[in-house]
Amino acid sequence: MNKEETKDLITDYRKLFPLLSEDIAYLDNAATTQKPIMVLDVLKRYYEHDNANPFRGVYDLSERATENYEAARVKVAGFINAEFPEEIVFVRNATEALNLLAYSWCEDNLSEGDEVVVSVMEHHSDFLPWKYMAEKKGATLVKLEPDQTGLITDESLDSVLSEKTKIVALTHISNVLGRENDIKHIAEKVHAAGALISVDGAQSVPHTAVDVRDLDCDFLSFSGHKMFAPMGIGVLYGKRKHLEAMKPFLYGGEMIQTVHWDRVTYAEIPHKFEAGTVNVGGAVGLSAAIDFINKVGWDTIEAQEKRLTEKAVLGIKELGHIRLIGSPNPDEHKGIVTFCVEGVHPHDVADILGKSGVCIRAGHHCAQPLMDHLGVKSTCRASFAFYNTDEEVDRFLTELSKVRGLLGY
Amino acid sequence: MDIKRFYNEIVTDHNLHPLHKHPIENPDIELEGVNPSCGDEITVQLKVKDGIITDGSFIGDGCAVSQASADIMIDMVIGKTVEEARHLADIFIRMIKCNATREEIEELREAGALEDISHNPARVKCAVLGWHTLDEMTKDMRYDAKDQK
Repeated sequence: MNKEETKDLITDYRKLFPLLSEDIAYLDNAATTQKPIMVLDVLKRYYEHDNANPFRGVYDLSERATENYEAARVKVAGFINAEFPEEIVFVRNATEALNLLAYSWCEDNLSEGDEVVVSVMEHHSDFLPWKYMAEKKGATLVKLEPDQTGLITDESLDSVLSEKTKIVALTHISNVLGRENDIKHIAEKVHAAGALISVDGAQSVPHTAVDVRDLDCDFLSFSGHKMFAPMGIGVLYGKRKHLEAMKPFLYGGEMIQTVHWDRVTYAEIPHKFEAGTVNVGGAVGLSAAIDFINKVGWDTIEAQEKRLTEKAVLGIKELGHIRLIGSPNPDEHKGIVTFCVEGVHPHDVADILGKSGVCIRAGHHCAQPLMDHLGVKSTCRASFAFYNTDEEVDRFLTELSKVRGLLGY
Repeated sequence: MDIKRFYNEIVTDHNLHPLHKHPIENPDIELEGVNPSCGDEITVQLKVKDGIITDGSFIGDGCAVSQASADIMIDMVIGKTVEEARHLADIFIRMIKCNATREEIEELREAGALEDISHNPARVKCAVLGWHTLDEMTKDMRYDAKDQK
């Protein structure tokens, strides 16, 4: 496909996102994405025609709600190539998935003297639950450090793995550096050391094909809202044998088989982990978002995001007085471009761009240990989705070029 | 809002050329203030004699708004009583919450240049960081001053 054809195609897809008709350049997709009309429509349709409390009712409507919900689970399983639909646990978001996993898995598998390896570039949600549980269990949290470009070398990994390692928590793509970790290779080494690997897929599942069986990860967490689905629906994938061995995280309705005063049996997976009334609307929305991604296709998504990232990285380098965070190679940024403007605080940069309609993120991006590791307080981040355009990157660069002048330099 | 009105000369000048951004020797009180939304930290230091602020400074780093606001604040409170400084902090914090009268804002003189930030909820915490820290660190001081008399 030539450049003009790609442009027409992106323009057509863009029209499916009502919010993108506004006069803004939305470049904060690593925080959350906008929603296409087919996701919004399916939500409306579900609540207008199929809504009831699933699993509980024997009437037709409740059965329809159950079918919608379980069909979404099958869709998600196919999307990440899980072996069984029961390996998909619906949660609110990646944060809840990681909390469920850390609380429940560590409870029975971690004891004094054990080690949990966590990379320094994890989002707080893949750091704090492990830190809390390690401290609670008298285990040690071991820091896995990438180099300045975000690369985890074999030496770095080998230096932290030992017979004491029980689990390794690692992001697939860093939400700050944009660098993709070679999970398949790392998982092999982690397994050889006798440990399990949990992958934070919040920034990878929306942007590249993720195959849990090919990666051979034990757990994968991700959020729907970063991949065109509504907020409030996310996924914890776990290999069946691990999920079956784990205790519930939240206790309550719909996660049991029988409950008597002195005798309780819990439901099978995944329901054991889905206490209370579940988010059917969210699951149906996530299913529609997956259909949408499949329709657009990974080739188009990846090619467009790569092009935009490259354009932004090269443009930033040309502007001068800007420090790019992470690898100097645009290919190592996977849609995420993080930077600091010399002499200007990131909040001021984001505020100035924001007042011109360019939406970027500023701050520590919920990754303060990484900020410490990189020796910066905070940074600015532009992050792309395939629906972003060359014009938006140009607009971003133009506004960025004015920042230092506005602050009196 | 016009970006140049927001980043006006008063703000950019105090940010680029702060008068009071340096540590002072033997401060009588100091306190660190943190803006949890961006992780910015500033430490306010004051020398106080007989209930009067004789010297003051701040250190740390942050955005232009937080830095300029802290610099203007220190400039204003030096030479004032703790009571008067707390009064100004009270007005400033209320101004940013759109809850101060025109007469009160006039009392703030240069700090009034930050009034527009009240229309920018994301920056409110930046603007009040120094003032909140001042308010927090002098909370019990009025009584100390009385006790000393």
